[in-house]
Amino acid sequence: MRRIDALAVAGALVVAAAVVLAVAAPALAPGDPIKNALLERLTPPTWAREHPLGTDTLGRDVASRLLHGARVSLVVGFSAVLVAGVLGVALGLISGWYRGWIDDVLMRLGDVQLAFPVLVLAVAVLAVLGASLLNLIVVLGTTGWITYARIVRGEVLTLRERDFVAAARALGANDGWIVRRHLLPNVLPPITVVATFSVARTIIAEASLSFLGLGIPAPEPSWGAMLDEGRNYITTGWWLALFPGLAILLLVLGINLVGDWLRDVLDPRLERGV
Amino acid sequence: MPAFLLRRLLHAVFVTWGVVTVVFFLVRLTGDPTLFLVDQSATQAEIAHTRALLGLDRPLAVQYADFLVAAAHGDFGVSIRDKRPAMRMVLEHFWPATVELAAAALLLSTVLAVPLGVISATHRGRAADHASRLASLFLQSMPSFWLGIMLILIFAVVLGGLLPAYGIGTWRHLVLPAVALAAAPLAQNVRLVRAGMLEVLGQDYVRTARAKGLGERRVVYRHALRNAALPVITVAGLSLGFMLSGALIIETVFAWPGMGRLIVQAVPGRDFPVIQAGVFVFALVFVVINVVVDILYTVADPRVRLR
Repeated sequence: MRRIDALAVAGALVVAAAVVLAVAAPALAPGDPIKNALLERLTPPTWAREHPLGTDTLGRDVASRLLHGARVSLVVGFSAVLVAGVLGVALGLISGWYRGWIDDVLMRLGDVQLAFPVLVLAVAVLAVLGASLLNLIVVLGTTGWITYARIVRGEVLTLRERDFVAAARALGANDGWIVRRHLLPNVLPPITVVATFSVARTIIAEASLSFLGLGIPAPEPSWGAMLDEGRNYITTGWWLALFPGLAILLLVLGINLVGDWLRDVLDPRLERGV
Repeated sequence: MPAFLLRRLLHAVFVTWGVVTVVFFLVRLTGDPTLFLVDQSATQAEIAHTRALLGLDRPLAVQYADFLVAAAHGDFGVSIRDKRPAMRMVLEHFWPATVELAAAALLLSTVLAVPLGVISATHRGRAADHASRLASLFLQSMPSFWLGIMLILIFAVVLGGLLPAYGIGTWRHLVLPAVALAAAPLAQNVRLVRAGMLEVLGQDYVRTARAKGLGERRVVYRHALRNAALPVITVAGLSLGFMLSGALIIETVFAWPGMGRLIVQAVPGRDFPVIQAGVFVFALVFVVINVVVDILYTVADPRVRLR
């Protein structure tokens, strides 16, 4: 347990550092993340202050682009999970509390959606809607609701038969009160755990979509798009493909470590070790 | 069993119908698909002509009914770029390229996961177990396409072309993309096999086997592993789904001429018939895998009653 706590602290520190760096990106970045400087193109990383992680094919400072790219990853990761979480919890509460036809409709809808690999569906929808920050959040947010809805529905189905709910109802509490005071507090712990891991997965999904050219449009920096660029210069500029990937790995690892810890603390019933 | 199969099939048919419906409305999300299908310079008359030609001037319900009938016959229209039937193009890329890659990755991620998971479980809490936990944490936090790029950097560039970086043909072309695709599912599978083994190793019949004086190897591999097969099947099914998603991006990294790359390449040209047919095939394969996994459960463990 001690060892896991240390790992969790390390993970939390990584996530906190990423947030601080992203927020302070304009102040910290050694160069302009967008302006071209063709004379300095493909400068390898050096210990010098100017381009510590080298420059890309248009002479832009890689470190500066990484710092600004962190904003995209974090904003998309957290907002998409928030959208999915709110949507999923609300629909799961409705499904589990009211049951009946609305429960059937929602759950069958979820079955259909689970038949699509998320990335395939996201690619298809973004191909139609066009690539933008908002569309990324909408697509990644609306494809994630079913996981939350299923968990919440399952919890509510057992909670609604419990004595404290019956007691509340006997005392004249209305549905809104019961949902807010008795159901929501009980479903939040498992939801928090799932949401944490979802942020990690969503950040990878965003990077994947950006890598495929379906993320925020160029020249705005995002880690996935930087990797796409780096892939084409693998023989002449190894640093272009190395650093954005390391950034993703570090951030996602940090979030996963926090998630592991949250699972131990908040929801001992969930299986450990995966 | 037959009643279960029937119900499962009905469910699959329902989900497939839902998938076709989603695919139908996908292109209509932004309004009139004609605008995607004609040239930028097309006149109003030309647009109206194309619209009538495609039957898009008819009521939505009629279009939907026609689409259902056509989809049932595997007709998803003609590729805008290649002027060939979209479904045929998708299937040509699905078989053998995508199937070959997915099969190699599936083999890699399940076959390796069994011994690694067993070792983790039998060495619970010791160095090997911790190492495996840390390794799987890393592999699961790593974007598969970045792993692919790094494998190319190491094996094709730094080591001077030890393995080819892209293309298809020999088994050597298959190694890097299959490893990149298998890494994350392998990490997850090892953890699941470990969890399954830990549960089984605590059972009475394992204690009995040990009490009989059987060797530890025989206890683990003959008595325990056989009963830990259930999670392995789930795992294989889950991984296959993951690999279909992963194929989209790994095929792009390694220029592997499969269905995922076909869809990705159809995006900039807004080749919607190909995208629709591809998304449909992906979803259909997903549905079929789920049914097969359910059936395999009963074969692996007669205690599982199918309802």
